[in-house]
Amino acid sequence: MKRIVSVVLAAMLLVCCLSACSSAPASTSNDSSAAPFKIGGIGPLTGDAAIYGQSVMNGAKIAVEEINAKGGVQLQFQEEDDVADGEKGVNAYNTLMDWGMQVLAGPVTTGSAIAVSTEAYNDRVFAITPSASSVDVIDGKDNMFQVCFTDPNQGVGAADYISTNMAGSKVAVIYRNDDAYSQGIRDTFVAEAAAKGLEVVYEGPFTKDTSTDFSVQLNGAQAAGADVIFLPIYYQPASVILNQANVMGYAPTFFGVDGMDGILTMKGFDTSLAEGVMLLTPFSADAADSRTQAFVKTYTERYGETPNQFAADGYDVIYTIAAALEAAGCTPDMSAADICEAMIKVMPTISVDGLTGQGMTWSASGEVSKAPMAVVIRDGVYVTP
Amino acid sequence: MAIEKKKGLKKAALSDLITYLGVTAVFVIMSLLQSRGMLSRSLSGQLVPICCYVVMAVSLNLTVGVLGELSLGHAGFMSVGAFSGIIAAMCLQGHIASNPVLLLVAMVVGAFFAAIVGLLVGLPVLRLRGDYLAIVTLAFGEIIKDLINCLLVGYDSRGLHFAFNFNGKQNVDSLNLAEDGIAIIKGAQGAAGTTKLATFTAGFILVILALVVVLNLMRSRSGRAIMALRDNRIAAESVGINVTKYKLMAFVTSAALAGAAGALFGLNYSSLQATKFNFDTSILVLVFVVLGGLGNMRGSIIAATVLTILPEALREFADYRMLVYAIVLILVMLATNSPRLKAMLNRAFSPIKRLFAGKGAEKEAAQ
Repeated sequence: MKRIVSVVLAAMLLVCCLSACSSAPASTSNDSSAAPFKIGGIGPLTGDAAIYGQSVMNGAKIAVEEINAKGGVQLQFQEEDDVADGEKGVNAYNTLMDWGMQVLAGPVTTGSAIAVSTEAYNDRVFAITPSASSVDVIDGKDNMFQVCFTDPNQGVGAADYISTNMAGSKVAVIYRNDDAYSQGIRDTFVAEAAAKGLEVVYEGPFTKDTSTDFSVQLNGAQAAGADVIFLPIYYQPASVILNQANVMGYAPTFFGVDGMDGILTMKGFDTSLAEGVMLLTPFSADAADSRTQAFVKTYTERYGETPNQFAADGYDVIYTIAAALEAAGCTPDMSAADICEAMIKVMPTISVDGLTGQGMTWSASGEVSKAPMAVVIRDGVYVTP
Repeated sequence: MAIEKKKGLKKAALSDLITYLGVTAVFVIMSLLQSRGMLSRSLSGQLVPICCYVVMAVSLNLTVGVLGELSLGHAGFMSVGAFSGIIAAMCLQGHIASNPVLLLVAMVVGAFFAAIVGLLVGLPVLRLRGDYLAIVTLAFGEIIKDLINCLLVGYDSRGLHFAFNFNGKQNVDSLNLAEDGIAIIKGAQGAAGTTKLATFTAGFILVILALVVVLNLMRSRSGRAIMALRDNRIAAESVGINVTKYKLMAFVTSAALAGAAGALFGLNYSSLQATKFNFDTSILVLVFVVLGGLGNMRGSIIAATVLTILPEALREFADYRMLVYAIVLILVMLATNSPRLKAMLNRAFSPIKRLFAGKGAEKEAAQ
């Protein structure tokens, strides 16, 4: 019996090995000049953080089509799933390298991005992440750039906004302390709040396993008399918090960061609960400029939902890559390493008008410079307060 | 009677030899393919994690298959090994120039700490009868995850600095590192910026080491005592076998091997979070063991390899990848339990079997 099991599995192993080998690219050198640049995207297409990965990829695909239709730089886009995990992220990266990727647009989440960025640094592949916001992603890697704000930037931005616009309010922070993103923003928020004289009356940490019930944290915040609750967390636990606060009859101002984005498109969520929630986001789907409106229209037609900030990040990443490729004068027959060196040189010099910011510029360290914007949810849409 | 026993031993030794030769052959083939650039990056990038998962499966099989106790927190030992290994490697980076030696030290440290933790968990629990080990290891895995989430570790010229962020109000700055200091583990952010030391050769050596330890333990006097405990505890006790001693021997060995695998895994990625070693990972390893066969080390190796490669090989299915993965798992379970298929395979493989069994079996068959 045992021997049979092993024989069957051995046969499967053989099949797997063969299929893995056969999927390797026949040749990496493209001599035809009409060939497009190969852009790879890595993000969570399944699992808990799937909304982010899917939004980024959808936005990126729209941008690729627009750029290709314009003529000039031609792009080919391939997405791979990483389930927001470092190990799977490296696997996805290797799969894309087999495909012949020349520039990486990703990964979407921080943990995966740190693991993949080291690989990309060693291989000299240019990478720009749409939404991995930790400083560790770009730290010490000259070929790694970000389109989103860094975590410190967001924590500081949120504290500044609350202390200016809601002066004298008592703030409670509910954050996830086993998550790099959430803990990172909380640390900078609390530090900046102390510097600005903003009073943090309560802090309620939770973990992934306890993210189904927040009655302890909400009661704690209520007892401490908090009138603003800062939520540097993803939208999924935030939806539970909003629901439970509503049941309790506790109605402080909820203030989120970019992870809150996506709450309105979450399946099964009553959007009336999010009424009055404020968040810091660089993108608002009802902005008046024609470019945003065109993007929202295309996106809604194709995917049946309003694009969130991540979709806009994905869109901007592709435009940034295209702009940098053009500025550096790269051709599709160049190797990934040559493209990388050329793009590192031009990145600090270019300026990109994107959906998430006008005139985005980059420092040589990889950080983006653009203005964050606070929006408030009214009648199920973002409006500027 | 004596002859039969001798033959049985020989058969076991032969089976072990086949396992060693098989693993070595795969290693040699893969290394050759890799050095000639004939291996896809996707596959070559998975060689080290596969080695880690193989060691995890073999070591868990020692607890579940050989000792007969259910452990649901094996990833916890991997976690202890991974983070202690990373700390050791990052601290000694400036003192040991050779990377293989550094990796070896990290793996020994990882195994050592995992063994200590295994001893602490096993000492009270393995004295009990029933399913307590399953419950305690389940809780242990969760506790380790939460503890490492609170752990802040830094290293500078003055030595190692630890802090526990229990109230959630501390961060790397609370370590008061000197200018030249590096933060090794940053609480929830985990270990980031780890130097990548793991190599396929190291992974292969670890797999062989794990096999030598586990297979020799199984064939030894102690191993027979452990299996006697599994089969009938009362009978084993009645002949004077020290229950706790032998149970602990198997459990701590299993934990130590998982720790070494964890250290290798941790040093293969530049970033690692404690949440990686969650309940899902423990169950994944348990699936390797169950699918490969309880007590069957060769089966564990093959199951761990196949089930690690499979999700990556199925990337072509895009969104339906994990669905296909689950279907494949169910089909394999069904197929291996179908009597008709078993009979068919038996017939197909009987010539090979006869070849392996040697002349003695042939003679027997003739008679």
